[in-house]
Amino acid sequence: MRSFGSPDLWFILAAARWTIALSLVAFVGGSIVGLLVALGRTSTIAALRVLATGFIRIFQGTPLLLQLFLVFFGAPILGFDVDPWIAAGVALTLNSGAFLGEIWRGCIQAIPRGQWEAAEALSLSYVSRMRDVILPQAMKIAVAPTVGYLVQIVKGTSLAAIIGFTEITRAGQIINNATFQPLLVFSVVAAIYFALCWPLSLLAARLERRRAAAYAR
Amino acid sequence: MNYEFQFDAVFAAWPLLLRGTWITIQLSALAMIFGLCVAILCAWAKTAGPAPLRWLVNAYVELIRNTPFLVQLFFIFFALPAIGLRLSAPTAALIAMTVNLGAYATEIIRAGIESIPKGQIEAGLALSLKRHEIFRFVILKPALRAIFPALASQFILLMLSSSVVSVISADDLTSVAATLQSQTFRSFEIYIVITVIYLALALAFSAVFRLTYQRTFDYPDRR
Repeated sequence: MRSFGSPDLWFILAAARWTIALSLVAFVGGSIVGLLVALGRTSTIAALRVLATGFIRIFQGTPLLLQLFLVFFGAPILGFDVDPWIAAGVALTLNSGAFLGEIWRGCIQAIPRGQWEAAEALSLSYVSRMRDVILPQAMKIAVAPTVGYLVQIVKGTSLAAIIGFTEITRAGQIINNATFQPLLVFSVVAAIYFALCWPLSLLAARLERRRAAAYAR
Repeated sequence: MNYEFQFDAVFAAWPLLLRGTWITIQLSALAMIFGLCVAILCAWAKTAGPAPLRWLVNAYVELIRNTPFLVQLFFIFFALPAIGLRLSAPTAALIAMTVNLGAYATEIIRAGIESIPKGQIEAGLALSLKRHEIFRFVILKPALRAIFPALASQFILLMLSSSVVSVISADDLTSVAATLQSQTFRSFEIYIVITVIYLALALAFSAVFRLTYQRTFDYPDRR
């Protein structure tokens, strides 16, 4: 056994880049899935609505940890050889897709009916109506809750540690097993997460206040 | 894909699954009750307490909301014994869940308290109710109605995230997977079954909460 030194601190800090990388993958992937889900939920085609609703129900109604396990243990059965990095990326993408999709659905539906009707009266196509009229306005409302959800994504990546992906939490476990100073090690781990998440939380709260003020005017 | 699904061994272990499900429900319900007690105290401190107490509650809420539940669990289970506080896995799980829920619920309850118009509190004062009476009758009950939907979804989130406590083998539903896996080696089937149980729990609880809301709080409000 050795005691906790600066190499250990560096090891955990260096693992933070994997937390950040996984968060970015989940956010970018989740945004693509989320946009599709949000469009599906607000679609005029019933089958798409049912599909998108089912997707959200399943991913919001089951634990993220088990979604991670199912991808990790299920992919080999479908013939894919996945490492924890890919499994975590896929599971977090699908999970964030469901949550972001539901957040953005609310934003799309918050756009006044008149905007939809005006776009239709101008006989804009679906794509143009969404791209030029609805989504730009919905995006303004969506910024604050989306930044807020980023915090959930960063925290969610910690579960990848359980399937053996070496991000901050796993790095902490490894160092703890070597030094056996859990109080110090997990304080450092928590502090790094806090340093990543707190600015995002503050930003989200600020954006939210600004939006509320704009609405009150 | 030529994998043969074999659910027999998993279904044969139904008493284990049932027990795991029951423990998950118990853990979630207890954490909800204790967490709400913590949250009500914290929300009171945040809205009416002295400045140092407000600062302390703020620090607690921000710290919990900006760190992962898994790390909080590790901290309680592995780090607290280092300062002489040794806990069994289920106790550590319950404490971690309570502490976690307490922080989220504090914010929900505070928002509920702030949703009460000032005039209503002044009306309470005019009726010469005592401070704690005003808090209980004039603030808490209407606030509870305003926040019930948010608390209900927080409970479901809590129950789902409780699967994380399986990493310290807290006997919950997800922990059953590890036991079954070593007996049957059908990990994929086990995780499918357990995921479906969680989904059923989530749907059932949200139905119960919807009904409860309709029964207790669905009175017309005058504005």
